[in-house]
Amino acid sequence: MPRFSSYRDFDWVLLGFVLLLSLISVLEIKSATLHTKFHGFDHKQIQFLAGGIFLMFVISLIDYHRLIDIVHWAYGVSVLSLIAVLIVGTKVLGGRRWIKFPGGIHFQPSEWVKLVLILAVARYFWGLAGKELTWGDIGKAAAMVVVPMALVLKQPDLGTALTYLPILICGLFLGGIRVKQVGLVVLALALIGGVAWKSGKHLKPYQQARINAFMDPDSDPRGSGYQIRQSLIAVGSGGIWGKGANKGSQTQGDFLPIPYTDFIFAAFCEEHGFVGAIGVLLLYFLILMRLIQNAQTASDLPGSFIIMGVVAVIVFQIAVNVGMVVGLMPVTGIPLPLLSYGGSSVLFTFLSLGIVMNIRMRRFVN
Amino acid sequence: MQMSHHIDPNDLGPNGRAEKVSAGKLHAAQYIVAGILIVLITGLWRLQVLGADNFRALAEANRIRKVPILAPRGRLFDREGRLLVDNYPSVSCYLLREQVKDFDADLPLISQGLHIPIEQIQATLRRYQIAPKYQPIPLKQDISPDEQAFIAAHRDELPELETLDEQRRLYPRDGFAAHLIGYVGEVSEQMLDDPRYAFYSPGDVVGRSGVEQTYDSLLRGKDGSRDVIVNSHGKELGHLGQELAVPGKDLKLTIDLDLQIAAEKALDGKNGAIVAMDPHTGEILAMVSRPTYDPNQFSVRLTKNYWNEIINNPDHPLLNKSLQAQLAPGSTFKIIMSVAGLQENVAQTMHVSCNGGAEFYGHFYACDKHHGAVDINNAIPYSCDTFYYTLANRLGIDTIAKYATSVGLGQKTGIDLPDEVAGTMPSTAWKLKTQHDKWFAGETISVGIGQGAVTATPMQLARALSGIASGGVLRRPHVVFADEVPSDMQQAIQESFPGSGDATIPLTTENWQLITDAMANVTSSPIGTAYAAHLEGVDFAGKTGTAQVIGHDALAKTNKGHNTEPNAWFVGMAPRRNPDIVVAVLWEHGNWGNNSAKLASQIIDAYVNKQRKLDNNIRIAATPEPAKPEPAKPTNPTSEAPTVPSAE
Repeated sequence: MPRFSSYRDFDWVLLGFVLLLSLISVLEIKSATLHTKFHGFDHKQIQFLAGGIFLMFVISLIDYHRLIDIVHWAYGVSVLSLIAVLIVGTKVLGGRRWIKFPGGIHFQPSEWVKLVLILAVARYFWGLAGKELTWGDIGKAAAMVVVPMALVLKQPDLGTALTYLPILICGLFLGGIRVKQVGLVVLALALIGGVAWKSGKHLKPYQQARINAFMDPDSDPRGSGYQIRQSLIAVGSGGIWGKGANKGSQTQGDFLPIPYTDFIFAAFCEEHGFVGAIGVLLLYFLILMRLIQNAQTASDLPGSFIIMGVVAVIVFQIAVNVGMVVGLMPVTGIPLPLLSYGGSSVLFTFLSLGIVMNIRMRRFVN
Repeated sequence: MQMSHHIDPNDLGPNGRAEKVSAGKLHAAQYIVAGILIVLITGLWRLQVLGADNFRALAEANRIRKVPILAPRGRLFDREGRLLVDNYPSVSCYLLREQVKDFDADLPLISQGLHIPIEQIQATLRRYQIAPKYQPIPLKQDISPDEQAFIAAHRDELPELETLDEQRRLYPRDGFAAHLIGYVGEVSEQMLDDPRYAFYSPGDVVGRSGVEQTYDSLLRGKDGSRDVIVNSHGKELGHLGQELAVPGKDLKLTIDLDLQIAAEKALDGKNGAIVAMDPHTGEILAMVSRPTYDPNQFSVRLTKNYWNEIINNPDHPLLNKSLQAQLAPGSTFKIIMSVAGLQENVAQTMHVSCNGGAEFYGHFYACDKHHGAVDINNAIPYSCDTFYYTLANRLGIDTIAKYATSVGLGQKTGIDLPDEVAGTMPSTAWKLKTQHDKWFAGETISVGIGQGAVTATPMQLARALSGIASGGVLRRPHVVFADEVPSDMQQAIQESFPGSGDATIPLTTENWQLITDAMANVTSSPIGTAYAAHLEGVDFAGKTGTAQVIGHDALAKTNKGHNTEPNAWFVGMAPRRNPDIVVAVLWEHGNWGNNSAKLASQIIDAYVNKQRKLDNNIRIAATPEPAKPEPAKPTNPTSEAPTVPSAE
């Protein structure tokens, strides 16, 4: 039982790296929105960051075991809120993703469901600790993740739905799935994916177009290939040293789509070049290594599981977002954690970090 | 509590479960993270280090738009430097297809704002399908201030619309000299298939006829461009640099505005053509064809109505009759007959008694009068058919053809204007070749008076007379001075417009004097057929022609509302020997050659009056001012008388 925790054990180094990335984020958002109607989003991002940091400290004070204790309730509320989104959600850009509260607050449940799933998966596998995973265990874990995933897909929000998968994969990996089982799962997923792609019924036309555009960006340069093409031009034309802050012609000339959210890394690469991009990726590397180290030093199994869940989600988002920007992945609407503009993403990231700090602060406590 | 990297019984929690995650797996996670980041860095390396140059070029192309700067087209002046064709500024609207996001959605607004039917815009787009995407498509030329305001107001919604300042052609009013000057229009698809137009793109404005067509490459100059930095909405953010346009060359034509005015006036309300030229140089002084058209209608939004009106007009306004009307020359051909007859030493001694015609090969050929005794001296002023029937019969068709060909009949003159036709000069070889039949001697009789198979254009007759009247040198007619045109282009133009070129006619001085004296009698003697056109105090000579457009028998049968009046011809010159000006007049259905002679006399009159005025000016200028009486000083050593120092 936690009795004492101290900010002496707070991971100040990790926070330093995170704040450095957040600063880069604010500067790049400022640059990318300089000549657009989104001018001033950098100030909003600072407000989100302030809120996120505050919440991070708050959540670090609540013993994560308490959170795990109530996670089955939270999971229930999550599923209900996702259903609610589908019924009363605000329609933006063709998808229902937000619930609008009085006072102009938009709430995107799918973001915080991530956190709930991380906790739920940790709790589930804690219960299975030391035991060999049966097909039934795998099935239950999969069902736990697939239900909210299906609801988010229904919105439709493929990007966010996909971020739930690494939580499951991470859980299974750490929970002791055996190689034979992995092979069968991969085979099954490949089969389902193949059939779905063939029939084309499970992907929206725009999603199919994106995948086609990924395969051949020049096939439709003004249509679905536009974004990826402009992104590649932005990144590539940045060269080794970049064009300088506020000087990216792709970013400033409005050729790069949404350069302050999903394509912020492309904007950064254009203005700061290969050297800048390596710098950012190095920061991510340091943050992730620091997180994994915290997972290693966690005092108990759920602590490690939670931290590794957070790592899985962040790594997945980096891989998909940066992969998309450099043309290694199809276009998916996944924000880049700590860099992309957006309240929900900032809040999720800092709440996750809060829990990580929480676990770290309690690593000597039992 | 001790940290442990292995699951051991000590790590089991109170309920006997493992309390730690395997350290190996967490290490593996570190490698996975590092691996993913290395893959991403490889992707960045590929783009930013290996592909940087390529992507930099693409980024430049993305934001730089080449806005054309159109070269003003060269203006046209008459021989004295008086402006004939000018330009005026105008604004056109272009479509930038690279800026189009959803054209079908924008179409109604564009159609409404620019007042162009949707179908017409779609048709334009189809026409430009083959053109590269970056090339702007002209949607509408010479747009109104309202339409300009519409484009400016909808810049954000319709980034694909762009305006461009242009220069438009401004031609003289009422189709003045239209056939000579020509008109400009958008290059046609057929022209683009022609290798000569390889450097033109769809939408280019080119000369489509007349001087505008022949000298297009000289007049058009070279377009420049301005590199404008734009954002993805086409909004201008600045500009980089520009390549200035090279304006087209101004051209001086051989036309004399005063004579052109006189010729235009003479043909007003009639159908036909007038050509006036300087026989010594081949310079065309005036050229008129009627009916005419308004070339301004072609340079800006040619309306369907106007086009239909022009195309369906039975008198073919677009036809330049000076070069394209191939008609029987009638009695004007008798001058060529006279040359042939005299040079062959047949006509000198020929005497006929004209009793209103004569019989040849069992067929009676009529003359319009009983001329009585006729020889070569009065055959021309009388225009006696009987004389020329007889002469033709004596000479035979091939001798006639030899002389007619030597003065340029049956061939293009090679004038520097498009679409000239050759006319026909029949011969035995010609008939065998075209009709696979032998020539009958009876056919020669009609040819003797310029009927039958022989046809000529007003330009050919003007040139033939120029050659004969000037003593035997035939010049290539032209409307642009040679020194206005670079020599390589002159060469190219001569090759594009092949003709007989400069040539010498076999004509002795004696015969030349005889023919030109006889032609003077046509207008100056009361016995001449064109005495009514004579000009007091002017040595004006010529020959009338009245050419039937339909045979006598056919005339009796037909009554279909066709104009069956004969064509009136006249070719004339002043003065009779070594003339300064030769005029050929064709008045379609003008009835009598005499009528055309009166039109020609108007032009000769204008010419002579102008020369007299010039001469007077010269005389006045040359006359020294009367010296003021200065009685006080008988001599003035300090004045203009130069004091030359004596060279010792």
